[in-house]
Amino acid sequence: MHRLRLLNTGIRTQQICRKFHSTPARRVGSLHSFSEEEKLLKDTVARFAKEVIAPKVKKMDDISLMDPTIIRALFEQGLMGIETSATYGGNGMNFTSAILAIEEIAKVDPSVSVVVDVQNTLVSIPLRRWGTEEQQQKYLPRLCTDTVGCFCLSEWGSGSDAFALQTTARREGNSFVLNGTKAWITNSGESQFFIVFANVDHSMGYKGITAFIVTKHNTGIKIGKRENKLGLRASSTCEVNLVNCVVSEQDVLGEVGKGYKYAIETLNEGRIGIAAQMCGLAQGALDHTIPYLMQRKQFGQTIASFQGVRFDYAWLATEIEAARLLTYNAARLQEEGKPFTKEAAMAKLFSSEVATRVASKCVEMLGGVGFTKDFPVEKYYRDCKIGQIYEGTTNIQLETIGKLVVKEYE
Amino acid sequence: MISKILVPVKRVVDYAVKIRIKPDKSGVDTESVKMSMNPFDEIALEEAVRLKEKGVVKEVVAISLGPAGCSETLRTAMALGADRSIHVETNQDIQPLGVAKVLQKIVLKENPQLVFTGKQAIDDDSNQTAQLLAGLLGWNQATFTSKVELKPEEEKAVVTREVDGGLETLSVNLPSVLSADLRLNQPRFAKLQNIMKARKMPIERLTPEQVGVDITPRTKIISVTEPPSRKSGVKVDSVTELVDKLKKEGIL
Repeated sequence: MHRLRLLNTGIRTQQICRKFHSTPARRVGSLHSFSEEEKLLKDTVARFAKEVIAPKVKKMDDISLMDPTIIRALFEQGLMGIETSATYGGNGMNFTSAILAIEEIAKVDPSVSVVVDVQNTLVSIPLRRWGTEEQQQKYLPRLCTDTVGCFCLSEWGSGSDAFALQTTARREGNSFVLNGTKAWITNSGESQFFIVFANVDHSMGYKGITAFIVTKHNTGIKIGKRENKLGLRASSTCEVNLVNCVVSEQDVLGEVGKGYKYAIETLNEGRIGIAAQMCGLAQGALDHTIPYLMQRKQFGQTIASFQGVRFDYAWLATEIEAARLLTYNAARLQEEGKPFTKEAAMAKLFSSEVATRVASKCVEMLGGVGFTKDFPVEKYYRDCKIGQIYEGTTNIQLETIGKLVVKEYE
Repeated sequence: MISKILVPVKRVVDYAVKIRIKPDKSGVDTESVKMSMNPFDEIALEEAVRLKEKGVVKEVVAISLGPAGCSETLRTAMALGADRSIHVETNQDIQPLGVAKVLQKIVLKENPQLVFTGKQAIDDDSNQTAQLLAGLLGWNQATFTSKVELKPEEEKAVVTREVDGGLETLSVNLPSVLSADLRLNQPRFAKLQNIMKARKMPIERLTPEQVGVDITPRTKIISVTEPPSRKSGVKVDSVTELVDKLKKEGIL
């Protein structure tokens, strides 16, 4: 009981601390109003994406491998520790800054964007929020400067039903021994740092789930099979095998048996990042399409000037704007310490749907060239599909939103 | 080690923006258009910061003349490595002579050993400020630099200039006014760490009156028009037709 109260206070303190960040408490202006740093970050990342990432996108997709120089550049630019406090080697920026960075990169390559997203949300949030001072001092600086991390929750038998996970953590003296197989783990191919969810006592159901910090220095952790995917091909999605993986009790993240709570809260927030990725993806697809439509002529006029086509891209632009506003709003709510679960789910739900509609329509409007690999839009079409699946499927988002809607009437 | 390089930076319409002429033909429409640091000034700033990182310069100071938005440009300059900046705020039209006069006064106050500008601004393409400033100060100048080597112990710099005939290497005694050309370097991206650091860095705010300069424009722009649109060419179906047409046009 006592520990529970401390935990709640911790979270509230975190929320209050976030209020005094570089975010104005009262918003006067549209959701497109940004502080000087947010604007500068947005411009810088857009340029960085265009000049450093863009030339390598096609090759990385073709060979299904992230270029290590890109990962190094992401670290050097400070893009892997956006919100982490400067005390731990990060940049101490606000959540919207991370969202803007994820969005701008996704316009150029959603695969690189997901690396930045996972590192700054799924990996960073649990450590910053529930890590001890020692753990934060030990791991955060590395995550900001050179170590890629990943979030190991899903298994072959548990995706949406995350808490049915089978990975066990058996107590042995001052350690836990982890056994199990994690599946679909983004970033795992490049990771040296793992947040692993395992159950210390299956008889307690989900209340036995515990979060563990595991690194490549631990014995018994190995990266397994790498998925051959439809899209986001440059982003590594692998199996992670735990065979008698020994983890010191110093590396339990937060409290034993509270892992389910950390997972839910982290995913609630992380999905705003995915929403941003999907917004960027949709915009990127449109940015490659409209200029072509303004050039190509049929029947003596540009494709873009046909009313039917105009109505199509007008809808696309409107939906992207709506998705973007949902995303920015969810981010600002998080910054203000207000409840944001419903809005975050709405942002991810809508953005991923919009991304698939936009990418599909863009291939169609481009005609034959849109269907070839010579043109970049088919990649966006392949990349978008995962948006409706990972970090909470579309149906899970609808469940979440529906339940919260009903609550408003109770 | 020299103590200071002054880098003037101009806030201009971003190079990627498709510009439009105002309906009254008085100039380019800059309303709600993306503004950025002049790319050649970025190159000059990058060179100055690299010299600082090499340990031959102690301080890099950025300066801008213009409206309130210039503080964003100066914030970017500091995120890219300038140690501090000066904003001479005005809503008047900025022209090279006015800028040069303001810079002259600032130079007398700040005592830099080098003033490093971009060769020209991409909005007016004047290519005058560096030269005018050198004249006003009575300093030597090396414009269109594509390579700069500073020799503080000998109080000079060895620069390579891009000229019509090729490359020219000069030795200039400090203090000097340099202007940067495209191939001098590839500017860096502002790292997030530095963007955050730049927030707390000081911007000294002045007005032209405080500096003691009348920047009233000396030249008046009468009209700005778009260049005539390119007329499409004529397609021919055979070599015979091509030769015929060329003969008819009097080219063959």
